[in-house]
Amino acid sequence: MTVTLGHYLTLGAVLFALSVIGIFLNRKNLIVLLMAIELMLLAVNTNFIAFSHYLGDMQGQIFVFFILTVAAAESAIGLAILVLLFRNRSSVDVDELNSLKG
Amino acid sequence: MDVKSALFYVFAAVLLFAALRVITVRNPVHAALYLILAFFQASGIWMLLKAEFLSITLVLVYVGAVMVLFLFVVMMIDINIDALKKGFWSHFPLAASIGAILALELASVLMGGFRSAPAPVEAVAAPGMQISNSKDLGIALYTHYLYPLEIAAVILLVAIIAAIALTMRERKDSKLQDASEQIRVKPADRLRMVKVDPVHQPVVAPVVEEPKA
Repeated sequence: MTVTLGHYLTLGAVLFALSVIGIFLNRKNLIVLLMAIELMLLAVNTNFIAFSHYLGDMQGQIFVFFILTVAAAESAIGLAILVLLFRNRSSVDVDELNSLKG
Repeated sequence: MDVKSALFYVFAAVLLFAALRVITVRNPVHAALYLILAFFQASGIWMLLKAEFLSITLVLVYVGAVMVLFLFVVMMIDINIDALKKGFWSHFPLAASIGAILALELASVLMGGFRSAPAPVEAVAAPGMQISNSKDLGIALYTHYLYPLEIAAVILLVAIIAAIALTMRERKDSKLQDASEQIRVKPADRLRMVKVDPVHQPVVAPVVEEPKA
């Protein structure tokens, strides 16, 4: 059974669904939430590269390059916010972040 | 089944297992380590798709930089795991049903639409004109995508500055020189002329006040 484009896209879909489940399960732990977002971006990038390979178009890989850049910046700022949060609240529980709630 | 298909199935199986462990494991350090495993498997899959440059970049940037940052943060802060894991499985039915619906819908559409997709379009080029993936990507990045590339560089700079500015903490007890205050000082701030009468020798020496500050 040879591997087609559909197999790669299905892999990306299953990976994306797994990270959505992870966001639901780990709704308290901010660190694992960030990791689930990284997994989502990985799934999307895999789709981009699969299409890029099967359609013979370079643009998909260029898009993945920019996604990688933005994801690195996002995780750096997210972790900085997390460190700041832990310094102020001594916890990374998302449920406790309700000071802005009216 | 040829070697490439077998490799795809191995990489995909380990990738999905690692992703499952990332979201269910108890200790965040173990989750970060499983995420590193997942990135390695994804890098292998990208290599199968002939995206060599991005595959190596994934290992270098993610495993080498982002995941090390994650591990630093996870190990630096002291997390109470038991409190975070309380009620972990309470939302599991909802999460599993939503995830299953998502995966089934996507997979049915994608497998139905793309299973019979044509074989990959190979770049049509003369035998001597084949260029590598990295060179191809570089040519496109530095010609058509020059402005997006510069914007990406600015985004990275903003991220550096933001991360440093967010986490920088000034110590209250550190003794630092204030250069501008040192320059702005006048002689009257530091020196006080005391007029002493030369004729009458006082019995007691005049008490000279300590100059302020």
